[in-house]
Amino acid sequence: MSISKEEIIHIAKLACLNLSEEEIEKYTKDMQEILEFANTVNNVNTEEIKETIGANDNYNVFRKDEVKQTVSKEELLKNAPSQDDGMFRIPKVIQ
Amino acid sequence: MAREDYEMIIGLEVHCELSTKTKIFCSCPTEFGGEPNTHCCPICMALPGTLPVLNEKVVEYAVKAGLATNCSIAKNSKNDRKNYFYPDLPKAYQISQYDLPLCYDGYVTIDTPKGEKKIRLERIHIEEDAGKLNHDEYGRGSFVDLNRAGVPLIEVVSRPDLRSAEEVESYMRKLKSIFEYIEVSDCKMQEGSLRADVNVSVRKKGTEKLGTRTEMKNMNSFRSIVRAVEYEANRQIDLIEEGGTVTQETLRWDDVSGKTFPMRDKEDAQDYRYFPDPDLAPIRLSDEYIENLRNNLPELPESRRKRYLEDYKLSEKAANFTVQSKYYSNLFEDAIKVCDNPKSVSNMIMSDIARILNEKEEEPDEIPFTGEDLGELVKLIDDGKISSAIAKKVLEEMFENPKKPSKIVEEKGWIQISDEGEIKKIVLEILENNPQSIADYKAGKDRALGYLVGQAMKATKGKANPQLLNKLFLEELNK
Amino acid sequence: MKLYEYTAHELAEMLDKKEISSEELTKAYYDRIREKDGEVKAYVSLMEDKALKRAKQVDEKRSKGETVGKYAGIPVGIKDNMCITNTKTTCSSKMLENFVSPYNATVIEKLNDEDLVFLGKLNMDEFAMGSSTETSAFFKTHNPWDLDRVPGGSSGGSAAAVAADLAPWTLGSDTGGSIRQPSSLCGVVGLKPTYGLVSRYGLVAFASSLDQIGPITKDVTDSAILLNLISGHDEKDSTSLKLEKKDYTKSLVNDVKGMRIGLPKEYIGEGINEEVKEAILEVAKKYEEMGAIVEECSLDVGKYATAVYYIIACAEASSNLGRFDGIRYGYRTEKFENLKDIYKNSRSEGFGPEVKRRIILGTYVLSSGYYDAYYKKAQKVRTVIKDAYNDLFKKYDLLLTPTSPTTAFKMGEKSSNPLEMYLADICTVPVNIGGLPGMNIPCKLDSKGLPIGFQLISNSFEEEKIFRAAYTYEQNTNFRANKPEFKGGDK
Repeated sequence: MSISKEEIIHIAKLACLNLSEEEIEKYTKDMQEILEFANTVNNVNTEEIKETIGANDNYNVFRKDEVKQTVSKEELLKNAPSQDDGMFRIPKVIQ
Repeated sequence: MAREDYEMIIGLEVHCELSTKTKIFCSCPTEFGGEPNTHCCPICMALPGTLPVLNEKVVEYAVKAGLATNCSIAKNSKNDRKNYFYPDLPKAYQISQYDLPLCYDGYVTIDTPKGEKKIRLERIHIEEDAGKLNHDEYGRGSFVDLNRAGVPLIEVVSRPDLRSAEEVESYMRKLKSIFEYIEVSDCKMQEGSLRADVNVSVRKKGTEKLGTRTEMKNMNSFRSIVRAVEYEANRQIDLIEEGGTVTQETLRWDDVSGKTFPMRDKEDAQDYRYFPDPDLAPIRLSDEYIENLRNNLPELPESRRKRYLEDYKLSEKAANFTVQSKYYSNLFEDAIKVCDNPKSVSNMIMSDIARILNEKEEEPDEIPFTGEDLGELVKLIDDGKISSAIAKKVLEEMFENPKKPSKIVEEKGWIQISDEGEIKKIVLEILENNPQSIADYKAGKDRALGYLVGQAMKATKGKANPQLLNKLFLEELNK
Repeated sequence: MKLYEYTAHELAEMLDKKEISSEELTKAYYDRIREKDGEVKAYVSLMEDKALKRAKQVDEKRSKGETVGKYAGIPVGIKDNMCITNTKTTCSSKMLENFVSPYNATVIEKLNDEDLVFLGKLNMDEFAMGSSTETSAFFKTHNPWDLDRVPGGSSGGSAAAVAADLAPWTLGSDTGGSIRQPSSLCGVVGLKPTYGLVSRYGLVAFASSLDQIGPITKDVTDSAILLNLISGHDEKDSTSLKLEKKDYTKSLVNDVKGMRIGLPKEYIGEGINEEVKEAILEVAKKYEEMGAIVEECSLDVGKYATAVYYIIACAEASSNLGRFDGIRYGYRTEKFENLKDIYKNSRSEGFGPEVKRRIILGTYVLSSGYYDAYYKKAQKVRTVIKDAYNDLFKKYDLLLTPTSPTTAFKMGEKSSNPLEMYLADICTVPVNIGGLPGMNIPCKLDSKGLPIGFQLISNSFEEEKIFRAAYTYEQNTNFRANKPEFKGGDK
């Protein structure tokens, strides 16, 4: 099991991170070590074992279909790095 | 080889907004429109620390949709996260369903020139809609409005069973009609509440292997879908005929140029990293829950069609046409509560109402008057109060300026003249002014009668009772 | 004794008898903070104006004879990953340095309803990712027992504040040991409740299926009281369980006779510091003396818990942290020409190296081709671990282990090797994998004068057993006679 620099670059792209050459080196090495450690899970026999879904036995947790409005638009937008006309402003997106 | 030697293989992913009051994971209203970012809260804006809670009506509506399209309903289901970055997706993941959709293995039937055809459904799952990006024409940037973020959707995935643009259209119309009937969605295409991703490939007739497909995303008008499917299939055929190969890609349909273009990739490499959403609990549906919904499903178009044929003796064509839309069908049912003439009502829907909508480029849900109004209109004809020619004018008026038909007739002074003395006066006047027509009639030219009646109608602006006119003209001419 | 040295339940009594006012008490804490927090650096931000205002309001209510909560007017410190309306919630990250929450976390609402006084927000590892509070983007928090050492993490600020009397009690959050391990290193009582007992709404998520808020206190009584205040079903959290509300103070009974305590041998073996091991065996002996039945047992599969933990926690984190994109809130890069730059540069500049490392790991284990081998496999092993716990709890009321394999380590000692840092959690992580409650109780000082703690683990929703055993231990020992000396540092 070995992980390449190219894989780290690909993963960083999926995660929307820019990595410097130095970081790529460092994370490649770290990942190698951590994944080797993580691989120990394969020592456990899990034949016929179901994976855990959800942290506890809760199921069918539903909400009533009733309108409640809590926080004003101004409050919701107050942390926006850039806004205009009550909307979040970003550089022009070309389709 | 010619284009005719190929067949199109089309599969659809139809997204349909559910008509719940609130969003799928928070209590914000789903109402269309509104000032940007006013139908939002910390949850649908994905503020740090917020958590989703599933709207019970979303599950109910999706199961109803599944039952109405002959699907099996999953007893065990869950929500999964689909991870990707885009400014209209505030959490950077869409909560959707991956391997355990609520509904699976269904079908709907459509009418084709070769008869009925089953279109199989692979699955129906629930998910959340994204927000909207507004673009500024001055190039100052794009603007994110999250009012739509978190509006509940069902995604209906068909098998690749469709073979022509016409089939695509009737399949979508069928889904739209079913969802309207069971009242899980208002399916307003103009508001984007019904839209489709269309997968198209072609292959030589008689071969088994599927060709490479392309996908056109977010199509939201029947007209564009039909044009896009035809264009894209022909593009692929021509490409293959020229010795090229089709590449699997996502395309954008441009309605103005009538062409498809490759989309710039949202992400260079798509890898959605689906995994079960740990913030939400699994869904387990009991048999009682499912059966209860099944038993309370509203009457579906198929059953209404049968009733119309048997109880109201409508023609096959009229019955099919009337049930194709819940709005037509409801209009029909409400109208015949007021008047006792189902055939005339359905004729008026099929010919006049459909024509007017078509001219206005509107859908049946936009009809501005009620079934009772329509019934009253038909009754006015049946009672001899107005002619069918006037009725058409009244109907036009009902679209422009919705009022009770009797009121329109009264205000416009369109009441039919049925007084024999008054009509006789008109007949005599017309005859006096048209001696040539009298001569023609006497010479055996029956057309002359039609001309004279027409002149009388013109003189009375269509208000004269046509039967009476006919009768009196004949009496005078045959004297 | 100084005001800030009392426990919350002692202070409540003094307030009730009007021996002190909340204003006086609150001021005493701010004086103490001004005196000592320069050395400890537990607080990221203070809420002095609001706190004093509320303290005065509570005093007024009391003097008018209006009914107030039993703990009204008592100050509390909050880990900086829980949202308080109109207050900064930074997660000790540059990403959220200026984020002001427009809403309250459910636990905050609950404490508000009881009229507690919020002193300020406490330092932590960035986004709760770390075991030493060294990954905070702002500054490192120092261990009050030895300022050259770490307080543990990620709730290092919350634990150090209680140890240094900078707050009577605090809230922390625990994903893999983040309440218990710093409590152990700082010599205070820290409880991670059963998953689903305390609402997570308003807690900035690290790993959704593991995160849980809990109390850090000076003694077991305060722990039971604070848990009473924050627990209970919340309809805003789908993982919150509908259970009848309990009064945990009823479990504060000085008696462990007949309680069955399992001592998993794996946690008194390899990888555990000798002095810690000895201390745990002494605790076991003490319990036997007090009438409990202590037996060695085995949790063999527990050795995979850390691997399972890092796979699941990082996978969830990689998705949970996607929302930090510089569009709606949070840090936005100055270097951008297009949307992609905003995403990539904001995230790369806004997140620290440990956060990025975990996002990369989490993205990797979920990515196409690796999902089954890592994520799915880990979720299966998680089932195996849960089953193993279930088997143990058929035989035992409680399990006894160390909380941390070592006492407080030197700053910088482990920060260069991530894997070594991850192993600081080996005793606490399995408890989160099982969704179980676990508590750190301080028991003695090691030869360097640093606190050692032990961990009691019970089955889900059996916190009462933990409280009873912990209370009994506390009543029959006297760890609190030791006081941190604030030695070391650049004085």
